[in-house]
Formats: sequence, structure tokens, C-alpha cells
Amino acid sequence: MTQNAVRPTPASPTPPGGHLLEVRDLHVEFRTREGVARVINGVTYHLDAGETLAVLGESGSGKSVTAQAIMGILDTPPAHVRGGQILYQGRDLLTRSEEERRQVRGTEIAMIFQDALSALNPVFPVGWQIGESLRERAGLSRADARRRAVELMDLVRIPAAAKRLGDYPHQFSGGMRQRVMIAMALALDPTVLIADEPTTALDVTVQAQIMDLLADLRRDLGMALILITHDLGVVAGVADRIAVMYAGRIVEHADVRSLYRAPAHPYTKGLLESIPRLDVRGQALSTIRGLPPNLMRIPSGCPFHPRCPYAQQVCVDEVPHDLVLGDGRTSACHFAQEVHDDRVD
Amino acid sequence: MSDFETVAATEDQSARRGVSGEPGTPDRAGRPGRSRSLAGDAWRDLRRNPVFWLSLLLVVLVAAMAAVPGLFTANDPRDCVLSRQHAGPSGGAIFGYDFQGCDTFARAVYGARASLLVGAFSALITGVIALVVGMLAGFFGGWVDAVLSRVIDIVLGIPLLLAAIVLLKRVSTSGETVRLFAVILVLALLGWTTAARVVRSSVITAREQDYVAAARMLGAGNGRIMWRHILPNALAPAIVVLTIALGSFIAAEATLSFLGIGLKAPTISWGIDIDAGRVHMRESATPLIVPSVFLALTVLAFIMLGDAVRDAFDPKLR
Amino acid sequence: MFRFILRRLLQMVLAFFGTTLIVYALMFAGQGDPIQALAGERPVTAAQRAYLTEKYHLDATGVGGFFYRYVTYLGGLVRGDLGQSLTGRQISDILAAAWPVTVKLALIALAVTVLFGVTAGVLAAIRRAGVFDHATLVLTLLVLGIPTIVLAPLAQYFLGVRWPIFPPTAGAEPSFWALLLPGIVLGSLSLATALRLTRTSVTENLRADYVRTARAKGLVRRRIVGVHVLRNSLIPVVTFLGVELGNLMSGAIITEGVFNIPGVGFNLFRGIRTEDGPLVVGIVSVLVVVYLLSNLAVDVLYAVLDPRIRYE
Repeated sequence: MTQNAVRPTPASPTPPGGHLLEVRDLHVEFRTREGVARVINGVTYHLDAGETLAVLGESGSGKSVTAQAIMGILDTPPAHVRGGQILYQGRDLLTRSEEERRQVRGTEIAMIFQDALSALNPVFPVGWQIGESLRERAGLSRADARRRAVELMDLVRIPAAAKRLGDYPHQFSGGMRQRVMIAMALALDPTVLIADEPTTALDVTVQAQIMDLLADLRRDLGMALILITHDLGVVAGVADRIAVMYAGRIVEHADVRSLYRAPAHPYTKGLLESIPRLDVRGQALSTIRGLPPNLMRIPSGCPFHPRCPYAQQVCVDEVPHDLVLGDGRTSACHFAQEVHDDRVD
Repeated sequence: MSDFETVAATEDQSARRGVSGEPGTPDRAGRPGRSRSLAGDAWRDLRRNPVFWLSLLLVVLVAAMAAVPGLFTANDPRDCVLSRQHAGPSGGAIFGYDFQGCDTFARAVYGARASLLVGAFSALITGVIALVVGMLAGFFGGWVDAVLSRVIDIVLGIPLLLAAIVLLKRVSTSGETVRLFAVILVLALLGWTTAARVVRSSVITAREQDYVAAARMLGAGNGRIMWRHILPNALAPAIVVLTIALGSFIAAEATLSFLGIGLKAPTISWGIDIDAGRVHMRESATPLIVPSVFLALTVLAFIMLGDAVRDAFDPKLR
Repeated sequence: MFRFILRRLLQMVLAFFGTTLIVYALMFAGQGDPIQALAGERPVTAAQRAYLTEKYHLDATGVGGFFYRYVTYLGGLVRGDLGQSLTGRQISDILAAAWPVTVKLALIALAVTVLFGVTAGVLAAIRRAGVFDHATLVLTLLVLGIPTIVLAPLAQYFLGVRWPIFPPTAGAEPSFWALLLPGIVLGSLSLATALRLTRTSVTENLRADYVRTARAKGLVRRRIVGVHVLRNSLIPVVTFLGVELGNLMSGAIITEGVFNIPGVGFNLFRGIRTEDGPLVVGIVSVLVVVYLLSNLAVDVLYAVLDPRIRYE
């Protein structure tokens, strides 16, 4: 029933000068009964071996859709990829056949999801679910898959792993379930792990544990990690670089330190100002006014202009290009330099 | 065979469907909210649905037949002459005569009345029981809900046909009118559960709405809230279920009459005629086929009508 | 799991007492001559009257008498002693001869349901909004809307008499071939419901989050649908089929009557026709028990299939 052949070995390593994974000018739209929603409008980002990229944005900004496009698990319909490239080790995934893409999933790029309770199949024991990839993809025997599943559960620090192999997802706590998800994603030793809001559904203390686990695993296993989140606080300790998304675009892209120190896009600035800080006393928390845009009627010019305190006429008329600010930072804002110099604190 | 179970099974599905969201569609924020009125959307869908118009036409036709059968045939269905046994079409009798020498078509036309009477009154009583029980269970919750839900479970667990056999055995020697009412009562008493469940779940949904909380804050009493704010919400789904139930009741009446425990001659019922036609099908099949087609089309019309309206209100499964 | 089954078992025992009490009360309580009520419009011979009085303890009167009679009847039911029909045969003997036929018929109907209903339901869900999907929806609506009293005689006429593909009636010791057409007729309603239920269930599960996870694992589509989705979707379907098996056995009254199949339903059909009260009460009591048992079996089955229920 399955072609559990040899794992496809990376035919070509990352080409010199290229990135491990690169999304170039990706366009995705959702065709629904109500109309066409432009969900992704020219997203470009890259990921190098062993690094952690955080993709930040509100719900509806397209961060999850981009990840699902990389995985090739978008639901079509309603989602349709309208253009762009997704280069993995220099080869465009979008031009490959569905079968080739399937081979990439799990072995090369793996993904974990937000709500582990619904993302795990409720009627199979977790050991079975972790072992499934091993049996179906790597051709392990039932017993070997079982043994390996216990190892993986140990790896993600599930206590008494061997005993819990036969338990069902609903018998685990939220944090433990997310660990099961991670163990499942690690089964085939992926090069890239995409974590889609891995801690959103969890308690704050458990959130920290899961983030630590992910950081440790990334380091120990030498994976590259894409961390999708709407929570700036989650990102700080873990990520190397941050890409901020708004209305299906990357609006700012920088290394973590410089982005926190001096955001160069009004949207990022707004996000930073809306989180409470321990080092500033008596600070009034500000919010970003207005609502995320309707993706069927994206505002003209800069899509953020209706909510932007810096907005001028040019923002209504012209779509801002990425402005390079030095040390690899970009910001899609007409007034990037001004925003950057206008320090947060 | 009970058509209720069928309805119940599909109904439970849609009830559960309402609760679960629509997973797997990420980034939904971009879609416009459900600001347009649901009823308006539903009506627009319905207007373009040929099944809706077809079933509505059939329902109107059958209703007219039940009200003024004389419009459709000039012959008397009780004017039976044995010498005409299984005679071919002649005069107004476009489908010929049956074993007793009665006009097959005229009997089928006059049969609509008993069917519709039973169907409509059973559905009406069912509706009242369902609204009261569903409203009480859904609105008050707690032990009231627990008790009423158990009652629903128990009644739902009674096999319809078997219970009807036992119940109707008691009136086996009674007259025409008593039997008619007995059949109506038995069907209503056994058939209200599905509708009650639907009402209960829509009452629970309505109860949680903000405007109900607002009305309560403004000092409206339970009775007023139930009557003015919650009942209108529960009515539409209840009517849909009752339309389908009406079809099932008609089928059930015919089945009971077919078995000889529902209506009996001199009442004219499709079930009785189907049974009579069945016995003599080798000599002439028309007296079997004609009432069969009338019954099937009537039941179908109500079920399709309810189905179409429900689909329009609940487009998720398209 | 054990506690779950125990609880259900207790519920069933309660339901058993409740239902039999209702059946018994409706048959015997109230006005008039209970013996005449049993016999309907038939004349009752002195011997029958004496037998019925003794059998149902009709000489005991009042509420106490009623419960005395009920307990005696219940005792007989539990022991398998259902008394005699008005024709003088032991009802338990009649049922013993009839059961195998009814079970055979119900199993044929169930096989038809599973083979066509569930398969078509899965296909319709996978190719949702396609031609096959729309066709099956219309077809199932037709089947659901056509009562058995129409379907059975018409099938008998067209496929048995007009174009004699199948034997029109079964008669004693029916062969598989003779039971096939009645089985299809009997199963058609379950088939349509099973199809719709399967379609809804599979459609819902295809949208579930765990399907996305399975795709992210790089599983082939056949495995995702065939293992992950199907295993979840079949929980309500199997439950339905379990309940339906109970329905099919008690619901075969018309089909067995029309096709002259000497099963339980046929005997009930005949009992109603000939106004044989004791036979009707006896068969209905047994069928109610069968119905309750099949519901219990379904609940247990549900717990086996759905781990979330098991550990409730």
C-alpha cells in the first residue's frame, strides 16, 4: 500500500550562496462563495541551516498559510497558489509533482500545529501515531517503530514514555500532547521544522517549557526552525531573525536584537508598544487602532495605512517597497528610517 | 418500518454539525462576517432550487385534493359495482376499476383526505409537544433538562411500529372517527422526540445570545423572554423538522392501515388500497400502482420540501 | 470500560421493566372484557376463555391483581414461556422456527446496506459536489421518501411478476435467492440512511485538523482517507448499523408479510390480521427485548470504537 522505499537523500546540498529554504514572491488566494481573498501577496523570506526564524503576525496575516504552502498541505479549494517560488535546497517545490512533494513532507520539512488535541487523531494511541511515519515511510517493523517511538517520547521529555505509548491523545495534558506532536514531527529526522503557534493553546508556564524544549531540540538535532507566532514575548529568547507579516506581506525583517531595539515599521512598533515591559515603570500600554484589513478589499497603497500613526498621502497612493536599512534589515514602509530613529523607549 | 429513525439520524448529524466549527481553513479573518440575514440568504437559495418548487407544487396539489376532491374526479369512490371488477378505463375512471369494481383514480384522489388529516394533525400535536418540552428543557436546563431529556430518550427508544400495534389494538372495534383520532394521537405521542430535540438545541443557542441577556437585565420575566425572544428562534428549525415529520406521519398512517390496524373501511386510505391491490396484482396491477404512486409522491413532496428548506438554512454541508 | 458496560446494563434492565410494563398495561388494562380484547372480533370458545383466564390470571382483580398478572407474565417471558396462540400452538415454538429466517433476512439487508451504502457514502464524500455525489443524494432522498408498503409490493410486482427475475414469494424454507429481493427492499431504507450518514461523517472528518497532520507526515492519500478518516467516520455509522440490525429484525413485518417469508415479522403480520392477541403480545414482547439488547450491544460497540467514551 505504501512505497516505503529508501529515504530520499538530499540530492544536492544547499547550493553555495543559496539558502536552505527560500520563499520568493509567494502569492496565494482563497476563492470562496463570497469572493476572492488575497491571503498571501508576495511573501519573501529565507531560512538557513540550523537557524531559527520567527514569523510574527496577527491571525489573518497569512503566516500559517505560507507555512502550509511550504508543506504543500493547503486545502485546494479554497486555496490556490497564484505565483512565486518555494526553493528547498535550491529546487522549486511548487514545480514538483504531488508525489515528490509528499516525499519531502516529514523527512525534509516537518510541521507541528497549534491545537494538539484536534491535530492528533483521537482514536489511535499516541505510540501508534508517532510510529506511523516510521512504519509507513521509513519501513520499520512494528516492534522497531514502537521502540523508536519510546525513544522519541523520551527525547521530548514525556515521563514514563513506555507506559504511555498506548494512551490516547485525550488522556494527556495540553503540554504533553504538544510534546507528542513534536515527537511525531521529529520521527523522520527532518532538516526543517515548522512550528505553527506551538504554544498558543497552552498555559504560560507550559508555554515556556515547550519553547525551551524546541530550542534544545533544534540545537541538539541541528535542525532549522520556523517559529510562527503572534506573541512577541515567545520569540525573544529563541529566534535568530524575525519576519513580521501584515496582510499577506512581510513588512519588516530583521535580527531579533535590532528589531527589539529599534523597530523600523510602524506595525512592529505598535506590536512592541502593546506588550507590557518590566523595565519601564508606569508606562501606558498602547494598542494598534483599528482592525486587520479585509483580505477581499485590501486598502490601496500601504495596506497598514488606515491604522498607521505615520501615514501620509503617499501611503494611500503608493505601495512601499522593501527599504534596506543596513545589516540585512528591511522594512516595507515609506518612512522606515523615521520610524527606526524614533526609538521605542 | 419507521421513517422517524431516519429523520432522527440525519437530524442529529446536523445538530452536531452546528457546534463544530470549520477547522482546516486557516486565516478566516478576511472573510466578511455573516452580516447579511440568514433568512434572506436562505430564501435566495430556495428561489433557485427546482426541488423546492416541485415539492411545493405537489404539496399544494395534494392539499387541494384533500380539500375538494370533486375538482379532480366526478366519480364517487364508494360507487363500487362488482361487475366492473378490474375493468379497463372508461368514463371518468382513467385508471379503470379495482377488484371491488371501484374507480381506482377516484379512490386515490379521495384517499388524500385521510392521509393529510392524519399527517397535519399529528404534526400539529407533535409541534406543540415538541415546543413545550424543548422550550422547558432548553430554557431551564438543570434537572428539568435532565428529566425531559431522559423522557425523550425513552420515547425515542420505543420501536414505532410495535408500539402503534399495541396501542391501536385497543380501538380495533371502534368507529371511523375514533380510529382516525387514535391514529393521529398514537403517531403524535410517539413521533415528537426528534422535533423536541431540535427545539431544545435551538433554545439553548438562543438563550446564550446577548440580546437575551440584555432583555433579562431590563427586567423581562422568563415567560416574556421565552415568548418574545426565544420562541421565534426555535420556530424555523422546528417547522423544517415538522414538515419532514408530516411526510413520515403520512407514510406511517398508510403503513398502519396497510397492516389493518390503522384506518379501516369505509374510510378511504391509500394504505388500505395498496394492500387490496397487492393481493390481486397478478390479475391487474393498476389498483396497486396508482395509490402507491400517490402515497410515494406525497411523502416525497413533504420530505423534499423540508430537506430543501433545511439545506437553504444550513449550507455548510454543500 | 467495565463500569460503563455495567451502567448501561442497569439502564437496560430498567428500560426492560418499563417497556414490558407499558406493553402489558396497554394490552390488558382498561375497560371491557380482556379476553375479548385479546381475541378482537373473533368469537371465543369456552376452552380458549378458560385457557386465557388461567394463562393471564384474569381472575385476579384490581391493581394488585394487575401487578400479579404482570409479574407472572414477566416470569414467563424470562423463562421463554410465552404461552399459546389462539390457534393452540406454543408461541415459543413458532418463534423458534421463525427466528433463523428473520436473522438471515436481516443479515442480507445489512450486507446490502454496508456493501452499497457505506461504500457509496465514502465515495460521495470524497468527490463531494461531483456528479456521483449529487446523483446519490437525489437517489437516497427518493428511497427515504418511498414507504416500504410501496416499495415492497412494487418490487414484488415488477421484479417478481412482470419481469420474473426473482421469485415473487419465498414460502417455507426460503433459499438465499428467494430472500435476496426482500433483503434489498428491507435494506434500502437503511442503505439510504447509512449512505447519508457516512457521507456527512466522512465529509466532516476530511476537514478535521488531524487530516492536515497526517498530510504533514507525508502519508499517501489512500492511507489518510482509508485509515485516519475512515476509522473516525465509521464510529457513528457502525453505531447506526447496530441499531439498524435491531430495527431490521422488528421492521421486517411488512417485507416478510408481502413476500410471504415465514419469519418473525410474518407471524406478527398474521397475528395482527387474524386478531390473535396472545401471539401479538408474545412476539412484540420478544421483539422489544431484542431491540433493547441490540441497543445495549451498540453502546458497548461505541465504547470499543471510540476511546474517548471508554474512559469517560
